[in-house]
Amino acid sequence: MNSDLRLLTGIVERDIRLALRHGADTLGSALFFVLTAALFPLALGPSPELLARMAPGVIWVCALLAALLPLDRLFGAELEDGSLDQLMLLGLPPALVALAKMIAHWLTTGLPLLLASIPISIMLGLPSATLPVLLAGLLPGTLVLSLTGGMAASIVLGARRGGVLLPLLVLPLITPALIFGAAAIDAARTGLPWLPDLELLWAFLAGALPLCPLAAGAGLRAATA
Amino acid sequence: MLLTGPNGAGKSTLLRTLAGLRSPDGGEILWNGEDVANDRTSHGARVAWQGHQTALKPGLSLRENLSLHAAGKDPAQALAAFNLTELAELPARMLSAGQKQRGALARVLLGNAPLWLLDEPATGLDHASVALLGNVLAAHRAQGGIVIATTHVPLPLPDVITLDLTPSNTQNLQEDALFFMDEDILP
Repeated sequence: MNSDLRLLTGIVERDIRLALRHGADTLGSALFFVLTAALFPLALGPSPELLARMAPGVIWVCALLAALLPLDRLFGAELEDGSLDQLMLLGLPPALVALAKMIAHWLTTGLPLLLASIPISIMLGLPSATLPVLLAGLLPGTLVLSLTGGMAASIVLGARRGGVLLPLLVLPLITPALIFGAAAIDAARTGLPWLPDLELLWAFLAGALPLCPLAAGAGLRAATA
Repeated sequence: MLLTGPNGAGKSTLLRTLAGLRSPDGGEILWNGEDVANDRTSHGARVAWQGHQTALKPGLSLRENLSLHAAGKDPAQALAAFNLTELAELPARMLSAGQKQRGALARVLLGNAPLWLLDEPATGLDHASVALLGNVLAAHRAQGGIVIATTHVPLPLPDVITLDLTPSNTQNLQEDALFFMDEDILP
């Protein structure tokens, strides 16, 4: 058990170190997030009421799409250079290998997105009182994305055009998080109770946390066979 | 044990199967009498694997690349065994093919596993490095470890069993063939 934990943190540490070495790749998804969100005021006009009303949806959709960007490299790069074989033979259950990669994905993609959502919410004119709700929703939201995204990435691993298949698999799975996450911010903006939406989001996370790594582990086993 | 045979004879597939990365199409693989398929994770911990690719991340230094297999130990000794001490802090992208291969072999040594599965370990190695590899393999076997390697070039392995996988020779290895791995059967 102890050595499992050591190996798990070892994988996470290695991935973070890699992400720091290739800083441009890592910042890419956060910059994509900021840029796509910045396109909406240009396309829809600068009306503050309209932007504030659209902001929850814009932030959530852009965050989802941005988090998808690095997903196909999450396991793809490991498969190509033979590292996946090494990871599978560490003596760590495949589900934990997958979990470690998902944690690393969240730390290098989800967390920067979370931070980048703060300036975007200000830019789109969301009332500052809704900011805690936005973050409390995006925190489980990005975690769920890393989990389901990692699962989908391991399933399409080795498939031809896996990068195209990936969003088609992830986006339908992630819609509940999108609905409740955006609804929570909207409720907070209009003064309605927002806690139930957030609770559903956290419940979604509680379900994804054990299931996604297991499915991803099976996907990794199949990919190395 | 050396696996030989023409390209496509199934040497690498056999190695992957022995590692538990792939399930056998028929038969079973036993480790000390126990079917490997029952617990592939703990079998993985017994295996040190070196495949076609070196699995070194170009952005990480050699030492960082090996840290996952070092289990908290200092990889210096394993690096020294392959004469890589001076290259330890260089990013792997700056290494030559032979140096990367030595890095991959240092990882095998570092894993401290009883069963070494090596796919063409001498690829890209110069004569001096092949001799280093020979020393490391001899030390591992002297400790009772198992080495199963595929190769096309002669490896410095004295009194080794050779399994020729040339298709005409493998008629007797039928679907129910058993592969025994027991420390006292293999050299």
